[in-house]
Amino acid sequence: MSLSERLHPGINLAGTDPESHEAAEEVLFGFWIFLMSDLVLFAVLFATYAAMSVQGIAEGPRPAEVFDLTAAFLETLLLLFSSFAFGFAMLEMKYRENRRGVLGWLLVTGLLGAGFVGMELHDYYVMVTAHGATPQTSGFLSAYYLLTGTHALHVSSGLVWMAVMAVQVVVFGLSPAVKLRLMRLALFWHMLDVVWIGIFTFVYLYGVVS
Amino acid sequence: MNWELIFGQIKWTSFVFAGMIENPSLSEAIASGAGSIAVLGALGTVVLLTVKGWWVPLWRDWLTSVDHKKVGIMYIVLALVMFARAVIEAALMRAQQLAATDGGGFLSADHFGQLFSTHGTIMIFFVAMPFITGLMNYVMPLQIGARDVSFPLLNAISLMLTMAGAVLIMVSLVVGQFSTGGWSAYPPFTGIEFSPGEGVDYWIWAVSLGSIGSTLTGLNFAVTIYKKRCPGMSLFRMPLFTWTTLCTSILMIFAMAPLTAATIMLALDRYAGFHFFTNGDGGNMMNYANLFWLFGHPEVYILILPAFGVWSEVVATYSSKRIYGYTSLVYATMCIAVLSFAVWLHHFFTMGQSANVNAIFGIATMIIGVPTGVKVYDWLLTMVGGRIRLTTAMLFHINFLLTFILGGMTGVLLANPGIDFQVHNTLFLVAHFHNMIIPGVLFGMFAAVQFWFPKAFGFRLHEGLGRASFWCFAPGFLLAFFPLYWLGMMGATRRTFTWSNPDYLPWFALAMLGAALILAGFAFMVMQIVVSVRRRAELAAPLGDPWDGRALEWSIPSPPPAWNFAVLPQVTARDAFYEAKKDGTAYRSPAAYEDIEVPRNTATAPLIGLFACAWAFGLVWHIWWLVIVSFVLIWAVVIARSFATHTEEIVPAATVKAANEAFLAAVRATPGVTRDQEMTAANRGRAIPESLEASAGALAAGAAVEVTR
Ligand code: HEM
Ligand SMILES: [Cu+2]
Repeated sequence: MSLSERLHPGINLAGTDPESHEAAEEVLFGFWIFLMSDLVLFAVLFATYAAMSVQGIAEGPRPAEVFDLTAAFLETLLLLFSSFAFGFAMLEMKYRENRRGVLGWLLVTGLLGAGFVGMELHDYYVMVTAHGATPQTSGFLSAYYLLTGTHALHVSSGLVWMAVMAVQVVVFGLSPAVKLRLMRLALFWHMLDVVWIGIFTFVYLYGVVS
Repeated sequence: MNWELIFGQIKWTSFVFAGMIENPSLSEAIASGAGSIAVLGALGTVVLLTVKGWWVPLWRDWLTSVDHKKVGIMYIVLALVMFARAVIEAALMRAQQLAATDGGGFLSADHFGQLFSTHGTIMIFFVAMPFITGLMNYVMPLQIGARDVSFPLLNAISLMLTMAGAVLIMVSLVVGQFSTGGWSAYPPFTGIEFSPGEGVDYWIWAVSLGSIGSTLTGLNFAVTIYKKRCPGMSLFRMPLFTWTTLCTSILMIFAMAPLTAATIMLALDRYAGFHFFTNGDGGNMMNYANLFWLFGHPEVYILILPAFGVWSEVVATYSSKRIYGYTSLVYATMCIAVLSFAVWLHHFFTMGQSANVNAIFGIATMIIGVPTGVKVYDWLLTMVGGRIRLTTAMLFHINFLLTFILGGMTGVLLANPGIDFQVHNTLFLVAHFHNMIIPGVLFGMFAAVQFWFPKAFGFRLHEGLGRASFWCFAPGFLLAFFPLYWLGMMGATRRTFTWSNPDYLPWFALAMLGAALILAGFAFMVMQIVVSVRRRAELAAPLGDPWDGRALEWSIPSPPPAWNFAVLPQVTARDAFYEAKKDGTAYRSPAAYEDIEVPRNTATAPLIGLFACAWAFGLVWHIWWLVIVSFVLIWAVVIARSFATHTEEIVPAATVKAANEAFLAAVRATPGVTRDQEMTAANRGRAIPESLEASAGALAAGAAVEVTR
């Protein structure tokens, strides 16, 4: 058993030579570290939100007055299903090396992701027009828009990345380099799920309850 | 024609020279002078490059290079250039305070405010950070027996982002004003209400660029150390400098994010009317203080840990002894790294939390003194019974031990909230942190230059001039900063451009003298480099090991080839190279050579840096078209790069073999030198360890070494 097999039995790179596996280790590990530093950023934003959503209300509305749980729940579903679809794309890549399959599932992922961003923008629109809840209204809303906005920006850049990867799958096929990039994109996408679960629970559910 | 669409908020009065024309004064003249120097410096560089025909080599061999050694050297050059500016600013502030009884002096309050803000910001983000980053870049991969860092292109991108930030600060000398909010830029003062105009925006974007660059560096180095160590290099066989690099990298990964978050929030407040830190509407500036120091305190350890690593290497090598208490040094480093996240509140004891909270953070702060004390004892004990040579680097080390302890003591004093209430925001504090940063970090970096320069360039630095610079720097530091402890206790506040207490005068005079000595030390250092370059033939040490070094970097030629190691070394002990020399197994030929893959040069990184700089400039001046265009261009470059396929090139085994065998033959044929001859022309870089003087003659080639992969 090679070193890399012992360390990462589940790496989605089946069908390539041991050298690619070994090279993959460094690249993927590096990306995990990147995700960690990104998570530190989110942690800081969460902490800011935690403080501002209590002390930063000023004259503005409270969380419970502006959040729409139904919309947030639908957004959650969209994002989780998009991750699910990405999982299928990775399975297609690993077991079938099937370009079309990968592209098809990427398309589904992308559409669901775009739906998520679209719904979130609509949320913002409703908040601003129906409640006058702009980011300039209060510290709480500033923190809310920054936290969810940063997440939405991440999702949007994930979408751009996905589009680039779709082109690369067509141009280069499922070469080791392309596979590695898809694997990193997948990690990125799942990480955004995790962050969103945090947002949904802490910002929306908790916000409406308290 | 709406000029604002094109030039944003830049007007002709934004240029520094306009101030001189509109309301001439000495303060304005100095500002214009500084602006002129920046412009002339840039022009002079352009002319020099053109006349000498250096544009092509600069682009081909340096800016587009992704070789960790060249990236490292570029970082350090950047640090030295920025140091020149920031140290002159320091001297100007000293002169102003000397001249400033009762509103006297030659600088306006505003100009003085810009000076301490740029000085602090530059010294931390564009001198100390690039200095340690450059050094880690150069040395760490060599110490772990690697051919490069894990992500060479990312490494070059980090460099270029840092450079973009530095260029932005230089531009602020000429176009517009800089912030007057200090290096910590506390709102609400730095909010749009109290600081309209571009100054704070320069600070925000320069610092953000540097911060992103450092995050990427930390990530890169941590992965490199985890994944790229050569066979046999277990964690506890790593040289101490590599250990401190690892801890610093981890700190960078965790600590830079709060800074980025804080600068972004401040930017949103200023540009888009958000209410993170404003007075009223739910804003809360304490959140800024927390975020900033959540970064800021680990930051000081980001800076000092690599310097601790340098001190460990320097003291062991120039004492010809194995470092005392290796394991304790590793654990102490780790403890410091972890604790550094638990003390940030000591930067604002006076800002309203309860006495109990202050007490907890005060105690946590004092506890950091314990692992640091362990280190000091280890360094002292390393010297006991060693074969000590008082080289420039070693002089800096001894000076460090003496003065750093004093600075540490004043730190423990300040960690006591009761005392901090008395002296916070005074020159006592300024004295304390310079007392840590200058003998610790800055002189640590200077010692590192003395130590590793021959590795990077193949010749030693002139020792006499090095000592001359030390004998200016060390007393200069004492004179410049110890009076500030007294001034602080007498009540002199920091960041103050004028004062009226006649008792201050003698102390300010002493401090000015110290600053002058420091300038002289810097002049000697520059002279040392120039003279050494001129005399490089007689100072040459191409065989790679002028100081009887201990870690792997000394086992290869100076300067090292692009691929660093002809074959990856196999390590069986700490101080691997030193042990090999003692066993007589150093300088053996490998049994076989293989092709080596090295990354090709690419324009990706410099283009990203260029566009990032333009993007930030556009943001500062609200030139929205530039912001959009350069943002798109940055990502276009990234995407285009992801389609490039031939990013590596192969160095054939034959080339590697020819180079390496020539080097080994030269080493074997050259008589080794003992420590007595270290500073003589006889030192070509083949060292004979202590007690092995008998083997100074030519070496036999010995059996070839089997290569494992
Ligand atoms: C080499 C000689 C140096 C001299 C003579 C010097 C002098 C000064 C002076 C006069 C001030 C202003 C004090 C005040 O607030 O009244 C200052 C502030 C400061 N210096 Fe230095 N300095 C030197 C080196 C450094 C270095 C190497 C660093 C860091 C790497 C550094 C970091 C700072 C910082 C962070 C501030 C605070 C700026 C602020 O108030 O926001 N200095 N220094
Ligand atoms: Cu601190």
